Amino acid sequence: MYAFDFHRPSTLRQANSLVGKVADNKLLAGGQTLLPTMKQRLASPAAVIDLSGVPELVGIEQKGRNLVIGAMTTHAEVANSALLKGALPGLAALAGGIGDPHVRNRGTIGGSIANNDPAADYPGGLLALGATVVTNQRKISAADFFTGMFSTALDEGEIITKVVVPAGAKFAYAKFRNPASRYAMVGVAVAKKGAKVVVAVTGAGSDGVFRWADAEAALTKRFNAKALDGVKTPAAKGLNSDIHASAEYRSHLIGVMTKRAVTTASGK
Amino acid sequence: MAGTGIGARVERKEDFRFITGKGNYTDDINREGQTHAYFLRSPHAHAVIKSVDTKKASGMPGVVGILTGADIEKDKVGGLICGWMINNKDGSPMRAGAHPALAQGKVRYVGDHVAVVIAETLAEAKDAAEAIKVTYAPLPAVVDLASATKKGITTIHDVAPDNQVYDWHLGDKAATDAAFKKAKHVTKIDLVNNRLIPNAMEPRAAVGDYNSGEDAFTLYTTSQNPHVARLVLSAFIGIAPEHKLRVIAPDVGGGFGSKIFIYAEETVCVWAAKKVGRPVKWVADRTEAFLSDAHGRDHLTHAEMAMDENGKITAMRVKTRANLGAYLSTFSSSVPTYLYAPLLSGQYNIPAIYAEVEAVYTNTAPVDAYRGAGRPEATFVVERIVEVAARELGLDPATFRRKNFIKSFPHQTPVIMCYDVGDYDASLKKAMEVHDVKGFAKRKRDSAKAGKLRGLGYSAYIEACGIAPSAAVGSLGAGVGLWESAEVRVNPVGTVEVLTGSHSHGQGHETTFAQLVAGRLGIPIENVSIVHGDTDKVQMGMGTYGSRSGAVGMSAIVKALDKVEAKAKKVASFVLEASEKDIDFKDGKFSVKGTDKSVDFASVALQAYVAHKFTGAELEPGLKEGAFYDPTNFTFPSGVHIAEVEIDPDTGVTTVAKWTAVDDFGVIINPMIVEGQVHGGIAQGIGQALLEGAVYNDNGQLLTASYMDYAMPRADDLPSFRVDHTTTPCPSNPLGIKGCGEAGAIASPAAMINAITDALGHENIAMPATPQAVWKAAQASFAKAAE
Ligand SMILES: Cc1cc2nc3c(=O)[nH]c(=O)nc-3n(C[C@H](O)[C@H](O)[C@H](O)COP(=O)(O)OP(=O)(O)OC[C@H]3O[C@@H](n4cnc5c(N)ncnc54)[C@H](O)[C@@H]3O)c2cc1C
Repeated sequence: MYAFDFHRPSTLRQANSLVGKVADNKLLAGGQTLLPTMKQRLASPAAVIDLSGVPELVGIEQKGRNLVIGAMTTHAEVANSALLKGALPGLAALAGGIGDPHVRNRGTIGGSIANNDPAADYPGGLLALGATVVTNQRKISAADFFTGMFSTALDEGEIITKVVVPAGAKFAYAKFRNPASRYAMVGVAVAKKGAKVVVAVTGAGSDGVFRWADAEAALTKRFNAKALDGVKTPAAKGLNSDIHASAEYRSHLIGVMTKRAVTTASGK
Repeated sequence: MAGTGIGARVERKEDFRFITGKGNYTDDINREGQTHAYFLRSPHAHAVIKSVDTKKASGMPGVVGILTGADIEKDKVGGLICGWMINNKDGSPMRAGAHPALAQGKVRYVGDHVAVVIAETLAEAKDAAEAIKVTYAPLPAVVDLASATKKGITTIHDVAPDNQVYDWHLGDKAATDAAFKKAKHVTKIDLVNNRLIPNAMEPRAAVGDYNSGEDAFTLYTTSQNPHVARLVLSAFIGIAPEHKLRVIAPDVGGGFGSKIFIYAEETVCVWAAKKVGRPVKWVADRTEAFLSDAHGRDHLTHAEMAMDENGKITAMRVKTRANLGAYLSTFSSSVPTYLYAPLLSGQYNIPAIYAEVEAVYTNTAPVDAYRGAGRPEATFVVERIVEVAARELGLDPATFRRKNFIKSFPHQTPVIMCYDVGDYDASLKKAMEVHDVKGFAKRKRDSAKAGKLRGLGYSAYIEACGIAPSAAVGSLGAGVGLWESAEVRVNPVGTVEVLTGSHSHGQGHETTFAQLVAGRLGIPIENVSIVHGDTDKVQMGMGTYGSRSGAVGMSAIVKALDKVEAKAKKVASFVLEASEKDIDFKDGKFSVKGTDKSVDFASVALQAYVAHKFTGAELEPGLKEGAFYDPTNFTFPSGVHIAEVEIDPDTGVTTVAKWTAVDDFGVIINPMIVEGQVHGGIAQGIGQALLEGAVYNDNGQLLTASYMDYAMPRADDLPSFRVDHTTTPCPSNPLGIKGCGEAGAIASPAAMINAITDALGHENIAMPATPQAVWKAAQASFAKAAE
């Protein structure tokens, strides 16, 4: 780790002004990605702005038909939230399957989606649910937010403040864990709201999270795992290949995990 | 059993300090004026070093010194050694390339040591290391084991132009060939024993300290054998004569073999301490551990087994290629030879065996002993080929094993070993009962109904522990003797300190050794403390590895206790005014035969030191005795493990559904500690079979250099193990101990793969059987079934 200046604002206003003012800064949330990268000297910001002192960024509440999750809410808080377990149990389960207890107690939803690791779990869930990412400057739909591997629509100086998730969907996330890191080797989120079905795939795409249109079409007709029999899984081209899983294997797993998510989501 | 003696489940005395954060590990040691070392490591697998420019770096803030291979050469610091000479088939010696502690002229693996920066802080040392300019001329990397010696390949060490370290053999080729000619059936298999990275919880560390007033060095280091480290650093590397070099291995957080060896880092720290005139500390980070701890296993093997018309094994032929990495680590040469081939007879009566082993250099981290060292590799060969043979012959694998078991002892195998005692039928029978093998067919049907494949696999392993009779290993090329030492110091108040040459780094010696001493002397276990790991306190000793501390280390304590008892009886005879031969010692009391006169152990101890009851002409005061114990044979722990797996063919995920281990470890000192050793060993073996594997790319970059990519077994990867025992006491040592530290890791990989191949219905799966590999193999099973 190289030396850096450390700031710890206690209000969102202070945070807003610091990100505009302090040169070469990085926001620090749970530090689960940023700190290891800095320790390995792969990142060397001149300043770190720690958001952990900003209470407005933490918490989960229901606002009308939406569930609103503060950016600094940890994975453990999402996993254990009584509100979410009732209203959207699949999202609580998704958070409960991230990393290990240490990671869940430190890592945050804001940090996770800002980082947009292609193997992260939240991008799949939020895209399927049609969530909206709210920042200090604007609102961005999940579909526009995740723009590619480790890249998002966030501008310089933009702070995620909360994530708004519409309630009322049948939703489940099925994850196939990488045996070493336990990140998603393939993760499939399926949401059905009214007639509309969205299937979002994370972990597999070389460009990050993506939607699987053929599965959505089949499942819109009939929301049952059997509806996917005979639907060709996404082409291996465009999928990740590494020492743990070839693109072909990932393609196969997308099919299996989608079926499992559908079965869970339909409560069968 | 109640109490604290042999056989009691005494809770580990050392755990209180470990779990309350009061352990004293090498990283806890900080010396006055201490500096921090950072090693600049090679980013290339193979390259000529054109130049190392440290000028700019030397002037950076906090830098105390920068040392390179040129300084090693100037100071005539000796190279790291390999302490076991292996001869080629033609009798010529193995080809050992030079291994300087800091690279000279060439780097040979990613992580090889190019320079050390010593600075006031670690961050300053790293900053300066970034400013060192090294010019490399990269060479082609030799990474693939199979092709490492092919014609025209790049040479790694000039002494071994074709990268061959040795070409060794064992056994009777002619007799084996003849048996194969007559065979009714021959089974052939090809196996990969995957390369593992040890991953002790505590990474390696060293603090070198030099006292100019006394011209003496102290090295604190993470070692399984501090005396051997001192011997090598003194006699071969030439740091200082032994009486001027103290090596302390304090609490050590796991070793699994990887901390036996004498590495570049501790050598450099202790040497540099004098050069910079300040203590020098180095602690590996996890990436350094992945790159530079000696790795384990890494064999390619072709094996053949011959059988007669009655399904009796008549001969075995094994050809193995072993990867020793870029340099020969301390005991590397012995692992694929004398720790491997002599175990190829397994538990079976095999009249003829011939084994050939070719060891090679590659541009990868050095490979050396890792939990089991050679014996897991041998067991994997034997237990896989036996299983496949049974399947080919259409015999139940348990029946086939039983038919071929050795049934009378002692049994001389055709590959050196003479098994002293065992009852292989007994452990197989018990394991099958405990496991409910009878119920397997139903469990398999139930799995099938749920769309899952179920399989069951045996591993009837044997290992050789208690290494070893010194003269025997000397004749096989070992550079040291493998006895052990102990000193029992009775204090005037009757408490006892035991100084042992064994070293505990997770084994629980402070408990088990104290159980032995307290039981023997009839004193409370709290009154016994075990001292180890410091060459200034403890007499020369050989350390802990190869499951030797019970069989060899405790035997040395028994010998010393014999002497203590004999001397105490003399003292008691003066106290009790009786003839020495009339003194009995039992339950902590000395008594005169046929009378009610007695005195307790503590009083005798006091009398030994106050020396009021005898004159100097009659008896020496004091009560302190030492002993060296050299074993007369290896010990042969054996047993049967049964693995049962369930495979999800849709994803390839293998779940370990059930596990039974029935081991014969001879006499057990503390069943709780033994079970813990077995559990850990099985976990490592399942790790090898399902999860772990070091992967280098074609350029020699380690792709599995962190936990993001190297899969360690976690608690939820494992079932609850059923662990049980049978007992045939070892006849060659006083306590009847065989050893238990490695058995789990030795037995389990073969059991796992036998279970997986049973489930799949074919043999084509290599370790690690990852979900991807099993999924592919399951597709092949379905294709086969559809034919
Ligand atoms: C061992 C381990 C296992 C893991 N396993 C998983 C897993 O299984 N699945 C999974 O999805 N993830 C996993 N993770 C990732 C983890 O869950 C975190 O989500 C992730 O590290 C980022 O969250 P964080 O709060 O720690 O962010 P930080 O590391 O603090 O920050 C990450 C990035 O986001 C930026 N950032 C943070 N907050 C904001 C904000 N409010 N607005 C704008 N930018 C912001 C930071 O500047 C930084 O660039 C794992 C991590 C570890 C260390």
